[in-house]
Amino acid sequence: MLTLDDVSVAYDGVPAVVDASLRLEDGHVLAVLGPSGSGKSTLLRAIAGLEPVASGRISWDGSDLDGVPTHKRGFALMFQDGQLFGHLTVARNVGYALRLRRTPNAAARVRELLALVGLEGYGDRLPATLSGGERQRVALARSLAVQPRLLLLDEPLSALDAGLRERLANDLRDILREAGTTALMVTHDQEEAFTVADRLAVMRGGRIVQQGDIAAVWRAPADAATALFLGYARVLEGAAGGVLLRAAGLAGADAAVAVRRSALVVADSGPLSGTVLSARVTPEQIRLVVVVDGIGELDAVARLDTHPATGDQVSMVVDASRLAVTPTRH
Amino acid sequence: MKRILALVGLAAVPLAVLGVFFVLPVSGMLAEGFWVDGRFDPAAVAEVLTRPRTLRVIWFTAWSALAGTTVAVLLGVPAAHLLHRRRFRGRGVLRALLLVPFVLPTVVVGVAFRELIGEAGPLGFLGFDGSAGAIIAGLAFFNVAVVIRAVGAAWESLDPRPAEAAAALGAGPAHVFRTVTLPALRPAIVSAASVVFLFCATAFGVVLTLGGLRYSSVETEIYLLTTNLLDLQAAAALSIVQLLAITALLFVTSRLRAVADPSLARTTARPPRVSRGDWPSLLATLLVIVLVGLPIAALVVGSLQVGDGWGLGNYRALTTVGSRDALLVPATDALVTSLRTAVDATWMSLSLGLLVAVIVTRRSHTRAERRVRGLVDGLFMLPLGVSAVTLGFGFLITLDEPPLDLRDSLLLVPIAQALVALPLVVRTLAPALGGVDDRQRQAAASLGAGPLRTFVTVDLPIMWKPLLAAAGFAFAVSLGEFGATSFLARDETPTMPIVIFHLIGHPGAMNYGMALAASVVLAATTAVVMLAVERLRVPSLGAF
Repeated sequence: MLTLDDVSVAYDGVPAVVDASLRLEDGHVLAVLGPSGSGKSTLLRAIAGLEPVASGRISWDGSDLDGVPTHKRGFALMFQDGQLFGHLTVARNVGYALRLRRTPNAAARVRELLALVGLEGYGDRLPATLSGGERQRVALARSLAVQPRLLLLDEPLSALDAGLRERLANDLRDILREAGTTALMVTHDQEEAFTVADRLAVMRGGRIVQQGDIAAVWRAPADAATALFLGYARVLEGAAGGVLLRAAGLAGADAAVAVRRSALVVADSGPLSGTVLSARVTPEQIRLVVVVDGIGELDAVARLDTHPATGDQVSMVVDASRLAVTPTRH
Repeated sequence: MKRILALVGLAAVPLAVLGVFFVLPVSGMLAEGFWVDGRFDPAAVAEVLTRPRTLRVIWFTAWSALAGTTVAVLLGVPAAHLLHRRRFRGRGVLRALLLVPFVLPTVVVGVAFRELIGEAGPLGFLGFDGSAGAIIAGLAFFNVAVVIRAVGAAWESLDPRPAEAAAALGAGPAHVFRTVTLPALRPAIVSAASVVFLFCATAFGVVLTLGGLRYSSVETEIYLLTTNLLDLQAAAALSIVQLLAITALLFVTSRLRAVADPSLARTTARPPRVSRGDWPSLLATLLVIVLVGLPIAALVVGSLQVGDGWGLGNYRALTTVGSRDALLVPATDALVTSLRTAVDATWMSLSLGLLVAVIVTRRSHTRAERRVRGLVDGLFMLPLGVSAVTLGFGFLITLDEPPLDLRDSLLLVPIAQALVALPLVVRTLAPALGGVDDRQRQAAASLGAGPLRTFVTVDLPIMWKPLLAAAGFAFAVSLGEFGATSFLARDETPTMPIVIFHLIGHPGAMNYGMALAASVVLAATTAVVMLAVERLRVPSLGAF
């Protein structure tokens, strides 16, 4: 189990990570999600032993890792761009750590790993002849070779193009599950985090602002900024939030409410009404911006067979599963 | 804090070596000037600096170095264009040949120029002999290679698309060059020019052999003052002037180097063939070939002349001690000594240089750490700026009593030469090491590789070529080193450059013929080493 207690890291006295505390149980995959510059990569590097910790404690199964050099931690690190050794073949890259430990039957294990990442028969190729996605698969196989206590993934998919990223995210999740690997992944992409991980920690300004089960964090963002970062379109404060909650049939107190873009659905009749400000057709539905009576500007969706136009009056129902009540910060 | 301690620990060995074999001798030499009869007396040093001769020497050093630099840049930049941006048959060979002058022994170059423009030489009618023009030509001869290498490397990796964009917007070739290419190359040109200025201002062998009695630079003046006139105060005063000027210049160069890093973002577009529009580059390259080729041709031809006929007599005479016993040992013995010394100097400067390169290229975590690394980097560039003569003489006067009585040690000469070669070794290795993505090392470490194993996996595959190249470089520098060696080599074990210098100082046609033959042998040995090195194609070689 990985435990971080009040870990701080600073560059030249400028704090990059402040009092970060984390817990990662064996067999779980934790995504550290944050915008660029939030300190998430620094946190990962500190765990890997690549950055000195200014204060706090990083420990594994209760033993302090302070002073343990990177190569003795047993944590494999996978970079955004793979960082394969260019002069070694795919098989030798994957078998690198196995050779270091003089593992018997290394060749068979390499074949097994290449099969796991879907690259059978690629053993004799050089990294330069591979595509970006293939390179990341090799890097993953190389990291998994010695069954690391913890796999650290630094934006593993962000160097790839969109379609490939989605497919590889699914593969990554399956491979990690199958191998039973404990992993910590750093990313700025919510979808990637949601696909691969089962635990989530959100970082902002060097601090971990929220952590927990991924679905739970999604359902209840800790504050407005977190909600917006997690993909909620707007956060309503005060009376407007109360109006929306009552329309959704929830408890009536005024509160800050985070609203997804598809929370309001145009219907023949409903508790809310408003004037269409703009309408845009997408392949699946029509996306609207509506001035809702008693609330103000909000996003809404309509089915493709309806034809709301700018200026039309519409009625709307609220999908309560697409709202999140967040504590107001005062 | 812990990291800085580790850094200092790693730096301890090179720093100790630098302290004992560089700082101690040089400061000993300087102290000799300031302390007269055990009394601190800076007034005498100040008095030296106001002598008309001193001022004349400083002025000559400055303007001849500037002129030499100008010629080298004006010829080198267009030649770099042709050799690095155009494709033609024999390009590789020509590039390699033009690198050779840089490492040719200075004494050999002096002899070659005298053979060409001396009274009896093919260009003797020009009356160039003993003129400032001859010295400037000699300086340019050496340093045009530096300009071609440094600017060529930058030019080769220049992204051609901005120039193409400018052309697409209607700019003619000259306009494109002035507005797009030149600004992009400026850091490389300025940096090359300042290094060349440094080399010109501290040139020793060329000025000593070509300057005669009329012209003297700071470096040769220090030599004359210490060996002939025994005026150590004056020598110390000049050494200080040189040290300060060079340190300032080194500081400027390191700043310039920080601007553009040629090891990053290299593109390798296939260069086009030579076309009619390339005539300025062609002309400049032709001039460079003439400048470099003529003296060497004159040297070779001269060495084959025996009396009124032709023959290998001069080469055969190398097994003798010359007419009227000009030498204590045969020249062939000196060649063996030279090669042995060069082997020792090479392993010394290579191991030191590798340590220094590792220290200066590792990523810094704090500003303090970065400063320490920068300081180490600058410190080990200092031998570039200190007169080799000062260093050699300093060795003699400081390393002569226990616990450091090394005067009779056979390692004294190699140590001094290793220090002279050290900056070149570091500058060849550091860019290559710095070009390694640090995350490669981190990836290896996270897979369980220790520091040594990481070095073998990540650095060595990239480093073996630069290491070999640096070894060749150090070897060649050691073969040709003259300034420090002239003080330190014992009479019965001279190196080749010393023998050549002795031979041209002794009267007699046979001795002169031997000097020419010995020069050809030494030049050929150095050239072979450098051509082998050039085959390795190390981009940072000779590029500062």
